[in-house]
Amino acid sequence: MPTQPTWKNTLKACLYLLPALVILITFNLYPIMKSFFISLYTDYDFFNDVVYEYGFGNFAKLFQDPNFSKAMLNTIIFVIGVVPSSIVLSLAIALLLNTKIKMMGFFRTIYFLPFVTSVVAVAIVWGWIFHSDYGLINYFLSWFGIDPVKWITDPVFAMPALIILSIWKGLGFNIIIFLAGLQNIDKQYYLAAKVDGASAWNRFKSVTLPLLSPTMFFISIISIINGFKVFDEIFALFNGRPGPANSTLTVVYYVYQKFYEEWQFGLASAAAFVLFLVVFLFTVVQLIIGKRFVHYH
Amino acid sequence: MDIRLNQLTMQFEEMTAVDRMTTTINNGELVSLLGPSGCGKSTTLMLLSGLYKPTSGEIFFGDKNVTRLDAEKRKIGMVFQNYALYPHLSVLKNIMFPLRMQKVPKKEARERAIEMAALVRIDHLLKRKPAQLSGGQQQRVAIARALVKKPKLLLLDEPLSNLDARLRLEMREEIRRIQQEVGITAVFVTHDQEEALSISDRVMLMNAGSIQQDSTPQQMYKKPVNEFVASFLGNPPINLMTVERMEARQYKLENSAQMVLLPERLNHERVRVGVRPEDLYLTDKDSGLLSGKVLHIETIGRDTMIRLKIGNTSVRALVDPKHQLQTGDICTLGADRDNIHYFDCDTGERVNVEKEAQGDADTADVEEYA
Ligand SMILES: Nc1ncnc2c1ncn2[C@@H]1O[C@H](COP(=O)(O)OP(=O)(O)OP(=O)(O)O)[C@@H](O)[C@H]1O
Ligand SMILES: [Mg+2]
Repeated sequence: MPTQPTWKNTLKACLYLLPALVILITFNLYPIMKSFFISLYTDYDFFNDVVYEYGFGNFAKLFQDPNFSKAMLNTIIFVIGVVPSSIVLSLAIALLLNTKIKMMGFFRTIYFLPFVTSVVAVAIVWGWIFHSDYGLINYFLSWFGIDPVKWITDPVFAMPALIILSIWKGLGFNIIIFLAGLQNIDKQYYLAAKVDGASAWNRFKSVTLPLLSPTMFFISIISIINGFKVFDEIFALFNGRPGPANSTLTVVYYVYQKFYEEWQFGLASAAAFVLFLVVFLFTVVQLIIGKRFVHYH
Repeated sequence: MDIRLNQLTMQFEEMTAVDRMTTTINNGELVSLLGPSGCGKSTTLMLLSGLYKPTSGEIFFGDKNVTRLDAEKRKIGMVFQNYALYPHLSVLKNIMFPLRMQKVPKKEARERAIEMAALVRIDHLLKRKPAQLSGGQQQRVAIARALVKKPKLLLLDEPLSNLDARLRLEMREEIRRIQQEVGITAVFVTHDQEEALSISDRVMLMNAGSIQQDSTPQQMYKKPVNEFVASFLGNPPINLMTVERMEARQYKLENSAQMVLLPERLNHERVRVGVRPEDLYLTDKDSGLLSGKVLHIETIGRDTMIRLKIGNTSVRALVDPKHQLQTGDICTLGADRDNIHYFDCDTGERVNVEKEAQGDADTADVEEYA
C-alpha cells in the first residue's frame, strides 16, 4: 500500500533503519573514512597521536614500493586463478546435484562443509595434503610418475597451492547458491525446449545459462570481492608468512604487514584504500556488463 | 500423417495414468481429449510428444514406430498450459527458437517467424518480452512457436484455461481457424466439454486412464456409450434413475411407488434410465414418462428450469417458459424415444434398444456403434 511521503512516516522509516544504520556506520562507513584520512597522514606521531603533516605522500611511496606492485599482481593472479574455475566447477557440480539423485541432502552437506569449517583447520589439513613427502597430492602424482612437488616451500608452486585450496573452500557456498538458482527455473522451459528440438547442450546454453544469469552475476561479484580480500588462507597455510619469497603476498597481506609488523599506519591505510578503489571499480564494471546480459524474471 | 496408438500404457509407480489406449487420429483432424481432472489427458499428450516414454504399447506416426524416439527428434509442436515462453527472449526470438535449433539460417528463420507471427496476428508485438504480453497474446506466441517448424502434429494442453470467458471463446475459434488454414493434425486437451464439443472433429472422452467413447461430438451427446459419458456431458446434467419392471412397459422407480411408463419393451428387469433435461417436455397424463410435484422453478436465459420431486429423487427439466407453472403443481413430463437412454445397472454400458426390441436377449449388453 503506497502512501505519500510525509515527515511523520519518513521519521518512522528512519527509526526502523536506525539499528542497521548504527552498525553499518560504526563498523563499515566510519572505518573506511578513517582509513582514508589515516592514509593522508604523511608525518604522524603514533605515541602522542599528533599529525604534523597531511598529504598524498603515502600513495606516492606505495606506488614506488616493489612489494606493493607484487602484492597487487599476486592478488590479480589469485582472483583470475580462483574465480572462473570456482564458478565453472561449482556450476558443474550443482548441475549434477540438480538431477534426481539419491541422498541429495547428504551430498549438499558434504559440499557445504568446507564453507562452515574454520579456515585454520582447513589450512592445517591442506598443509598435510600438500606436504612434499607425505602429502596426498604428491602421492597421487607419483602414480603418473611425477616427482614430488614442494607445494608449500617452492615459490613457483605456492600460488597454485593457495589457489587450489581457495577453490575448494569456496565450492560449497557457490554450489548451494547455484542449486537454489537452478531449482528456481521452471521445468516447463526444459520440456518446451525439448519439444523445440534443443539438444542437452542447447538447453543448457539457451535455457539454463540465461535464466541462471542473476545467480551467476551474484556469485561472480561475491567471488571477485572475496578474492581480492584473501588473507587468512595464506596466513594459515604458510604459517603466518606470505609464502616462500613473498610468492603469495597479496594486498591485504601487505596491509597486514605494514600495519601490524611495521607500524606504518599511513602506508597500510593507503594500500587498503587503493584496494577498496580497485574492488569498487571492478564491481561497477560488472554492474554495467550485468545490465546487458543478466535477465531478471 | 495418421497417428496410431496401440495399447498405450503409462504407469507411475502403482498409479496407471494411461491404460491400454488404442486409437487412430486421422490426418488433418482436430481431436479433443476430454475428461475429468487426473484422468490422464496430459500424460497422453506427454506420451505423444515423447517427453514421457510409455510403460508399454506403441505409438506410430504414419508407418514409423516412434515409441522410443526422444521429444527432440519427433518434430511435433506443443502448446503448454502455461505457454512456457522463454522469458528472456523476445517474441520474435521465441518463435525463431525451434528453427535455430534446426540450424535454419538466421535470415530465413527470421522470415519464417515473421510470417508465422502474421498468421496468428501478433506481428506488431515482435520486440516485446513475454512478460509484457496479455494472456491471449502469449497464447498466440506459443501457437506460433509450435507451428513455425511446420510440424506434422500439434499438441495443445488446456491452452485456454488461463483466459477469461470471452477471450476463451474467441481464441478457440482462432485455434480452429489456424488449424484448418495450416491443415495440421491436432490434439487438444481440455476438461471443458463445451470447448471440446464445439471445436473438434472428434472427441475422445477419457476416464481413469482409458477412453470411454471416441466419436463425433454430436454422436457422443446423442448416443453416449455408457453412463459415465452420459453423466459427464451436458449442463444441467442428465437425469438418471433406476427402475424395476412391474409389467410390460410399466416400470416403477426403485425404492418408491412412483410409476414410470417406458416407450420400449426391454429385456431388463432393472435398468438405469437417463433423460437430458432439455429433452423433457410437459405433456398430458396419458402419454407421459413420469409425473411429480414441482419443487423449484428458475429461469435460465430463455428457458425455464423446473425441478420435480419424483419418488425419492428429483428430476430437472428445461421447459418452455410459456407454461404457467407454480411450485406445488403436479405435472407430467414426456420425452421422445430417441432421447431416452438405457444403461445396464451393473456394467453401466448402454442398452441397445433396437436389438432388445427384437427380443434378442443374448446381445442385450452389446454396445452400439451407429
Ligand atoms: N510425474 C508423475 N508422477 C506420478 N504420477 C503422475 C505424474 N504425472 C501424472 N501423474 C498421475 O497420473 C494421473 C493422470 O495425470 P494427468 O496429469 O495426465 O491428468 P490430467 O487428465 O491432465 O488432469 P488435469 O485436467 O488436472 O490436468 C493423475 O492421477 C496424476 O496424479
Ligand atoms: Mg493436465
